[in-house]
Amino acid sequence: MIHKFIFDGTRLVLDVNSGALHSVDEVAWDVIGGYIPGKCEELVNKYSALHPRHEVEQAVGEIELLVEQGFLFTGDPFHGSWEQPDHRVVKALCLFLSDKCSLQCRYCFARPNVSSARSAGLMTEEVGAQAIDFLLRASGSRRRIEVDFFGGEPLLNFPVLERLVSYGRERSLALGKEINYTVTTNALGLTRKIGDYLCENQISIILSLDGRQEVHDRMRVFSNGKGSYQSVFKNILGFIQAHPRANYYLRGTYSAYNLDFSDDITHMLRQGFSRVSIEPVIALAQEDYALAEEDLPVIAKEYEKLTREIVSRLEEGQEVDFYHFNIDFDEGVCLPKRLGGCGAGVEYLSVTSGGDLYPCHQFAGREGFLMGNVNSGVVREDLRQLFRNAHVYKKEGCGSCWARNYCSGGCHANAHLFNGSIYKPDQLACRIIKKRLECALYLKAYQAMKENNGINCAEI
Amino acid sequence: MSKHIKTIVGPYLTKAIKDRGCGECQTSCQSACKTSITVSNQICLKKKNE
Repeated sequence: MIHKFIFDGTRLVLDVNSGALHSVDEVAWDVIGGYIPGKCEELVNKYSALHPRHEVEQAVGEIELLVEQGFLFTGDPFHGSWEQPDHRVVKALCLFLSDKCSLQCRYCFARPNVSSARSAGLMTEEVGAQAIDFLLRASGSRRRIEVDFFGGEPLLNFPVLERLVSYGRERSLALGKEINYTVTTNALGLTRKIGDYLCENQISIILSLDGRQEVHDRMRVFSNGKGSYQSVFKNILGFIQAHPRANYYLRGTYSAYNLDFSDDITHMLRQGFSRVSIEPVIALAQEDYALAEEDLPVIAKEYEKLTREIVSRLEEGQEVDFYHFNIDFDEGVCLPKRLGGCGAGVEYLSVTSGGDLYPCHQFAGREGFLMGNVNSGVVREDLRQLFRNAHVYKKEGCGSCWARNYCSGGCHANAHLFNGSIYKPDQLACRIIKKRLECALYLKAYQAMKENNGINCAEI
Repeated sequence: MSKHIKTIVGPYLTKAIKDRGCGECQTSCQSACKTSITVSNQICLKKKNE
């Protein structure tokens, strides 16, 4: 299977199963589109009507060579059927450290839960320690494991965060393991002291900022409806200035109200932040800010605009790291990992403030998805298997999709939210991801071609 | 040298499938609500350590 697309006149061909990426001219573009193995003569005759015959013959020869070498029209190594290995380990937990939040963001997926099932508020040190004990037990022989402090707003429970980091470090060291911590925060509680602590302890930090003030203030509001931009921006700026080498990402959300979201990324870059990300809002159609199918052409244009903006900044020698254009081709994960997906419900679980286990942070509190608790461990083996089997060869439409090795079948929680089944991906998200991937692949091609002055870039 | 086709990235996915799938890599998250990590920008820790 191949995928062909054009970005600003650059014709690119992705060989889906091998991951090889080629830049082609008009002749090869046409011939690849009609390629049938073993039908060279017919191909030459057919496309000689459009291009000079000797050019078509050359292109066919190059295609044949690439096919032979496994660079083009590579077959599926698993032939459409694959069984996810069952390592029976949990290697990452997302802890709802606080159900409470200092903001009431309009699009927050966790908000309904804050005032209902998980209203107890803050995770206690005891529950947190039990969660870490569970992770250390359930991770078996895995050495590197992960804990993400989430909420609500996790910094509202900072004393417990500190104690859990110390506890986790001590316990993991004794077992020869290593816990990597992440905190996802709205930055309102990000004081100098807390920032110093996070950096000193090598804790990765995701900072929520939606971009321009008017965009941020429309959605990310205090309980009185007032926008939070000024306070958030001040803290983020202070943090990055104090810790320029911190392992951080600025993370924004775009909705129907800022379909011109490339301007929000530009806004972040102009403020001097180089590690940035923006993602589509998750919302049901009845919400005024929800994205709809008719927004897709505008969204596609915005990703293209963003790509050009990044190219232009790279040309000027600026450092730009837009999270979702950052594909690692050299040391990227293996094919089995790509087929298996995010691992939610299997190797990744969320823990509510009360200690209940759910397949991931988005499933927390969703009826029918309670998997156990930090003391019992996972007791819903049926759910575990349901998630383990939700890989790209089992998800609807993924087996024949060119993007499957980059998105791994998408988000289970979105699939369930929009289509009632984790096996039916949300098509709106799929189309956005595919556009984003094309831009990322173009950016890679642009950089590689520039570095190599347009000659072949990969070792053949 | 190819005239019509320039290879930007070689066939990295089909290489070394056999010894892969060890699971030591970081957990990924495909959700749009949380910039954790997606598989396309993750690294293989096994390969990195080789």
